[in-house]
Amino acid sequence: MARIIVVTSGKGGVGKTTSSAAISTGLAQRGYKTAVVDFDVGLRNLDLIMGVERRVVYDFVNVINDEAKLGQALIRDKRVENLYVLPASQTRDKDALTQEGVGKVLGQFAEDGFDYVICDSPAGIERGAQLAMYFADEAIVVSNPEVSSVRDSDRMLGILSSKSRRAEQDDEPIREHLLITRYQPERVDLGEMLSVEDVLEILSVPLLGVIPESEAVLQASNAGVPVIMESGSDAGQAYDDAVARLLGEERELRFVDARKKGFFSRLLGK
Amino acid sequence: MNDTPAFELKGRLLTLTVLRLFEPHVVNLAMALKAKVEQAPGFFDNTPVVLDLEPLQDGHKVIDFPALVSLLGNHGLLVSGVLGGNEKQRRAAADAGLGLFSDRQRGAEPPQPAPEPAPAAEPEPRPEPEPEPEPPARPATCSARLVTQPVRSGQQIYARGGDLVVLAPVSAGAEIIADGHIHVYAPLRGRAIAGAAGDVDARIFCQSLEAELVSINGVYQIKEDLEQGVPGTPVQIHRQNDNLIIRPL
Ligand SMILES: Nc1ncnc2c1ncn2[C@@H]1O[C@H](COP(=O)(O)OP(=O)(O)O)[C@@H](O)[C@H]1O
Ligand SMILES: [Mg+2]
Repeated sequence: MARIIVVTSGKGGVGKTTSSAAISTGLAQRGYKTAVVDFDVGLRNLDLIMGVERRVVYDFVNVINDEAKLGQALIRDKRVENLYVLPASQTRDKDALTQEGVGKVLGQFAEDGFDYVICDSPAGIERGAQLAMYFADEAIVVSNPEVSSVRDSDRMLGILSSKSRRAEQDDEPIREHLLITRYQPERVDLGEMLSVEDVLEILSVPLLGVIPESEAVLQASNAGVPVIMESGSDAGQAYDDAVARLLGEERELRFVDARKKGFFSRLLGK
Repeated sequence: MNDTPAFELKGRLLTLTVLRLFEPHVVNLAMALKAKVEQAPGFFDNTPVVLDLEPLQDGHKVIDFPALVSLLGNHGLLVSGVLGGNEKQRRAAADAGLGLFSDRQRGAEPPQPAPEPAPAAEPEPRPEPEPEPEPPARPATCSARLVTQPVRSGQQIYARGGDLVVLAPVSAGAEIIADGHIHVYAPLRGRAIAGAAGDVDARIFCQSLEAELVSINGVYQIKEDLEQGVPGTPVQIHRQNDNLIIRPL
């Protein structure tokens, strides 16, 4: 059975696509057959972050409409074995996704022997986002350490617990994880940002990881490389920890403490 | 085509909410309703009601039924007919497309579904047993509603006719409502409305009072006025006349 994991947040621009790319890559690096699916129909950018934009032929909507087989639309990653990308359509709107269609394609992944399907959710709490999470077994709720983002994540958690297939069928609830991204310990110390503890206190969801604000993310996405592959970078290592925790390993939290940063690197503004 | 009949006409006794009208002026009524609904949004949700005109039947009060029906409809109350009223008022109601209940159908106060069929002619609204929001005392037997998951921003939970017990945090932006008491064994950060159907003795209990609003039968305090206790200190809130009294537990 393919395990379906939605990466969601409510708010836009918090790091869902960055996280979907990193986590799917991390799972594939560990040998799991993994697909990452772009649900942001009309605003696709997962293919850019994954560096496969030039190889897009068919997309998610084509598969839903039976215009292409899943195998034809999936783009196989050239760097990491077992990693596949299903791009979103750029020309269609969100109404092109139907619950039936999404269910059909996700079922196909299971038949094709995938271990994990990572669903990169669009922003908002409407149809597109709800379809991305409807079939999920697990949810990674991405939140920035600021009040409005946390509030949106809280809303999304409410929707996960009431409008998903598992909720409707009274199954075991979706397993929830919290991923805090763009964390800046210095600004937390200045009281300009919520701390990890603050966010956990409000959301009370198990913590999957804390990703620091990092130059490496921008550089990696410009290069079309999932940041987890930059294994020397802080954000890359933090994502690697998150993937390990997702698989049940225990890893200590890193990059959450301003004092641990070297004095010189702070002077240099890194 | 098969032989199954297209419909079946059956008499049934249903529990209906009765709205006793003391005030024929739609504007005054609108203001009273707005106040009620602001305390408890979602309190009425396509609730069928019967208008009891009895308090207005002496005298010459004219009732604008079309305006009344649309006003109540906007607040989630679907008028299915009228009870009582004088000849003129009943004719106006019929002209507005409302059903006419006879005084014989007035029924006992807490109506019990009876096995005997009733006369078949009455309009049959959705069979939804509704406790009457009118009587101030809580019904003697009402079970509490238990919530074990966090109540998240944007969610609303209403324990109709009884108490609400929440074992997980209530987020800012969430709303919990009960006709009876509210217990939150976790931080209360959203809005809590107890005694929503008129019980002035309803209370709110919580493990940590960080609420946006607390209200007991219409008397409310918002976050700014609320003397926030020490977070993590359990409190209880009850109503004394027109004040809310907040005490550590
Ligand atoms: N940890 C991070 N450090 C710095 N920039 C980040 C980080 N995570 C995301 N970003 C940047 O934030 C922007 C939005 O990220 P994206 O993953 O596209 O968010 P979403 O999919 O939630 O809209 C992008 O420009 C991305 O490079
Ligand atoms: Mg995105």
